[in-house]
Amino acid sequence: MRDPLSKTIVTIEPSGIRKFFDIVSEMQDAISLGVGEPDFDTPWHIRDEAIYSLEKGRTFYTSNAGLKELKTEIANYLDRRFGMTYDYAKEMIVTVGGSEAIDIAMRAMLDPGDEVLIPQPSYVSYLPCAVLANGVPVIIELQAEHEFRLTAEQLEAAITPRTKLLVLPFPNNPTGAVMEREDLEKIAEVVIRHDLYVISDEIYAELTYLENHVSIASLPGMKERTILINGFSKAYAMTGWRLGYVCGPAAIIEQMLKIHQYAIMCAPTTSQYAAVDAMRNGDEDVRRMREEYDGRRRYVLHRFREMGLSCFEPFGAFYVFPCIQEFGMTSDEFANALLQAQKVAVVPGTAFGACGEGFVRISYAYSMEDLKRALDRIEAFINDFRAKNKE
Amino acid sequence: MREKILTFIEKNSRVDLKDLAIMLGVDEAVVVNELAQMEAEHIICGYHTIIDWDKVGMEKVTAMIEVRVTPQRDMGFEKLAERIWNYPEVDSVYLISGGFDFMVTIEGKTLREVAQFVSEKLSTIDSVLSTKTNFILKKYKDHGTVIAERAKDERIQMLP
Repeated sequence: MRDPLSKTIVTIEPSGIRKFFDIVSEMQDAISLGVGEPDFDTPWHIRDEAIYSLEKGRTFYTSNAGLKELKTEIANYLDRRFGMTYDYAKEMIVTVGGSEAIDIAMRAMLDPGDEVLIPQPSYVSYLPCAVLANGVPVIIELQAEHEFRLTAEQLEAAITPRTKLLVLPFPNNPTGAVMEREDLEKIAEVVIRHDLYVISDEIYAELTYLENHVSIASLPGMKERTILINGFSKAYAMTGWRLGYVCGPAAIIEQMLKIHQYAIMCAPTTSQYAAVDAMRNGDEDVRRMREEYDGRRRYVLHRFREMGLSCFEPFGAFYVFPCIQEFGMTSDEFANALLQAQKVAVVPGTAFGACGEGFVRISYAYSMEDLKRALDRIEAFINDFRAKNKE
Repeated sequence: MREKILTFIEKNSRVDLKDLAIMLGVDEAVVVNELAQMEAEHIICGYHTIIDWDKVGMEKVTAMIEVRVTPQRDMGFEKLAERIWNYPEVDSVYLISGGFDFMVTIEGKTLREVAQFVSEKLSTIDSVLSTKTNFILKKYKDHGTVIAERAKDERIQMLP
């Protein structure tokens, strides 16, 4: 028989955390800090609106780019929160989560051989999406000494004549790093000088704890070079609703819409009606959740510092990314040993790129009781390890 | 700062003050002082516990009583409310807009005990015109806390 598989797909690695998932789900009374989604329920008024839309029989396809009602609300929101103006009719598509937006943006913009700069550690989708779109991923290794921000020097060093796209994943999963206005201005200068485009994945934009998030698209000369991705999953605790959106120059959006139209048709209708309510009445929920995350963030960071683990202060998303190099284990070995000894699951930094070696991702999207219990166990694990090493 | 402290302790008054200080990013002394101050100013009026008495096997009967009154000259609603709240059986007293004047909640051991209180104590107060007793059959949610079992974490435990 012929090989049924494409040569491209077999080169793509499956997710590295699968084996941990298998162990954790079998283990009695394990605590996982490995979840990458909010622990809050979707606010009730949003769910209620979805139920109401079902009662009204709104169960048909929407237009490809999404409900007009929702797109106008998104445009209002982007203006209100981040001071950005987008034409809802020409510069926006409602997508199946931020994930679809990443995929269709790359497919609409890359030709074979075009290089895509991907800073790592970062979310696991960018690299495979670039490969599937016939692009050539080029990794930029972010450094702990820069608090995992992307510097203009690093960017400059990675650019070749084939470079077309830069992925900008901030606030960052897994490090929690943010890029502030000054950081972005330096990046924008390089991007414009080299005539690049940016895919800015801002799915954690509402979860920053320093100052209000700044989008690179809001800087002078950048709107026309930026594909802005955001969504409802993290800010409104709506992961399972699968709803995101992408904004960008009309000429790019028009092409992305073709892929979306032929591959997806439209984002889930019920989710879109729920999201209208999230945009209209959700600001207070977002504020409340952000405050809770912030308290937990301070607490987790404090505990790690008490344990003597080196950990930079993350100002975004809901992750901390402590360094575990002192234990002489790889991230994978550390995560495994911690799971076996104390039944706490964390994600090895290497799941987010080779340069995540020496770090683990800790999610604080958990109740304070769970966090406390888990951190006590991690502390016990570390103390045991250090005591044994002394002997 | 006050608002932040209150938001935290409204849901969990037993939070370790050291942890609370860490979460708010301030010194523990700041939290301790603010709490003492707010207690003194009677902003914080008490710390209570939400108990599912059914689980302890203790029989308790709670009733919400709608009370209509004629406020007396020189007495107003305040004095009347005070007459009502002074009874230890009375759990809460609210002045209400609409078809009646006070909502009074009463806790007793038996139906008879509650009924007796209403007929002998509450109804006999001079200004009380009428009462309507509503017995609570089941408590689902109290002070923002759902009494039923907590939902399990149904998220997939490892996700990138």
